[in-house]
Amino acid sequence: MSQTTMVRPAGGTASDKIDPAAVLAASRPNLRRRLTNQITLGVVILAVVMTAVPLVSVIWASVERGSARLDVALFTNSMRGVVGQGGGLLHALMGTLLVTGATALIAIPLGLSAAIYLTEYGGTSKLAGLTRRAVDIMVSIPSIVAGLAAYALFSLLFGPGTRSGLAGAAALAMIMIPVVVRSSEEVLRLVPADLREAGLALGAPRWRVIRRIVLPTALPGLTSGAVLGVARIIGETAPLLLVAGFTDAMNYNLAEGRMATLPVFIYTQWSSKGLDTAAYDQRAWAGALVLMAVVVVLQLGARALPTQIAKIRRNR
Amino acid sequence: MTATVPAGTRADSSGASPVQPGAAGLAVPAQMSLADAVEMGLVAAPGSAGSAGLAGLPVAPGHISITGVSCYYGSHLAVADVSLEVPGRAVTAFIGPSGCGKSTLLRAINRMHEVIPGARSLGSIILDGVDLNGSGVDAVAVRSKVGMVFQKPNPFPAMSIKDNVLAGLIIRGARPRGSAADDLVEQCLRRAHLWDEVKDRLKKAGDSLSGGQQQRLCIARAVAVQPDVVLMDEPCSALDPISTLAIEELMRDLAQDYTVVVVTHNMAQANRISDVTAFFSLAQAGQPGRLVESGPTGDLFSAPKVAATRDYIEGRFG
Ligand SMILES: Nc1ncnc2c1ncn2[C@@H]1O[C@H](COP(=O)(O)OP(=O)(O)O)[C@@H](O)[C@H]1O
Ligand SMILES: [Mg+2]
Repeated sequence: MSQTTMVRPAGGTASDKIDPAAVLAASRPNLRRRLTNQITLGVVILAVVMTAVPLVSVIWASVERGSARLDVALFTNSMRGVVGQGGGLLHALMGTLLVTGATALIAIPLGLSAAIYLTEYGGTSKLAGLTRRAVDIMVSIPSIVAGLAAYALFSLLFGPGTRSGLAGAAALAMIMIPVVVRSSEEVLRLVPADLREAGLALGAPRWRVIRRIVLPTALPGLTSGAVLGVARIIGETAPLLLVAGFTDAMNYNLAEGRMATLPVFIYTQWSSKGLDTAAYDQRAWAGALVLMAVVVVLQLGARALPTQIAKIRRNR
Repeated sequence: MTATVPAGTRADSSGASPVQPGAAGLAVPAQMSLADAVEMGLVAAPGSAGSAGLAGLPVAPGHISITGVSCYYGSHLAVADVSLEVPGRAVTAFIGPSGCGKSTLLRAINRMHEVIPGARSLGSIILDGVDLNGSGVDAVAVRSKVGMVFQKPNPFPAMSIKDNVLAGLIIRGARPRGSAADDLVEQCLRRAHLWDEVKDRLKKAGDSLSGGQQQRLCIARAVAVQPDVVLMDEPCSALDPISTLAIEELMRDLAQDYTVVVVTHNMAQANRISDVTAFFSLAQAGQPGRLVESGPTGDLFSAPKVAATRDYIEGRFG
């Protein structure tokens, strides 16, 4: 700027006067940029609000309609012999814990093994390619189809129409395994190759390097992936409706008999109301509240776990 | 290119033709691990005195005879027909322009080369009478006798400083505990000139140290499994000058107990720390790397026999 002023003829005439058109032309791009910025910001905020509205409204609705039944009885009673008021979801909560636990016990070892094979051994082999393709397909299998597959399998093995918590776990495992494979594979790939080399160079066979170096290094990510996998299946309803069935009573035996779960509990309270419809509505919403709380805890846990594990390691 | 026999380190004739495994006069049956062979008394235990050179002359334990070694990545020949004597209990430096196969040859010595898919090496690498590259020798056993330190310090982040030192044992499923473990940790950390700096925080994570400390931790980790040879691939190239000096001092010190082979692109460093220097080069990019000449470091730097060596040392290429 100072340079242009300097070359101007001193004591000039027209060139010293401010030309309004030129000033406007110079500032226009600035104005336009600011306007675009404002509009973009507005659109983004709107999008955020629109995303948050359903979440807030669901939480609000569940609290409003379900909190009436958020009592001790809800967590200490089953629905056995209950028509109308009272009763609880203990049987469904236990069922969800048992079925989900069994699912995790099936899906985590299998999914992790597949991921270890893919990252540590498979490389670009044909079997590895086939496994990846299979996982891709499994991810997109509709959950009701997983339920039907488990139903067919258990009918073949234990007689037609067999329903059990274990059958439910088998169906859910089909959904959870690809989730675990994918998240574990991603995390294992993040373990630097030079740690594997360092392990091998210490004179250890490959599987021991995986066991003692690769897996511990990846542990924070692996656990959070597994927890997210559990969060993914804990709200599944359709396959459980098919193969775990529904009951009003407690059932601690995964291997035998129908087993209630939270999603199915919500569904049946909602869909087959007795005379006192308000009591059924309230139980359904209370069930939704409990299920959401479980999912939120799992999500938060998945986030907190890696840093917690790191902290424990640092302070050992 | 001529492969010159290093002066003073061996009594053998020119090593251009590959010597078959077991040519050192100690036929080790196939399918036998190095450890087995040592146990059965077929070969001298590494480190024990009295192992004989090719012509019956005593050589320091930890001596490595590399004969006719070629390394491939798939069908790509990266290192061609290298024959070289690496004296025991001394520092040998590999120098040469990048891409000439220094790292590849180094990794062939502890059979880390074959870890890369499609990679293989031919020829014989005889350590104290056992061909490490022999078909019946277990690569895993070789690596516990020939340790390695990498370019980038790579302590195990999921392990404490102490566990990093014990990593070689831990990986193999041992659970070193008690005063024996503590003693080993102290001994190795002292060996790596790191003890005083970390003795008060052995439980801290291995990657909580500075780069130079991490590299010394990696050296402690390598010597904790009691190897005979320590290979180092540009161990200082990621470090600052002060840390580099500390590692150089340490390398000299290590040579009292171990055979040290170090790849370096730093001429001054090779000159300072090594007893023997091997100069590698390649005709042009994509061509296999070859050994140009090797010999006592003083001789090689003051009176190189090959013009290419002189050019490289004087910084005229590479
Ligand atoms: N993992 C690999 N796969 C294929 N070729 C490789 C690999 N590593 C090194 N090479 C090739 O081998 C040759 C020697 O490489 P390297 O041993 O790393 O040389 P230096 O350590 O002397 O720089 C080079 O031509 C390089 O391209
Ligand atoms: Mg290199």
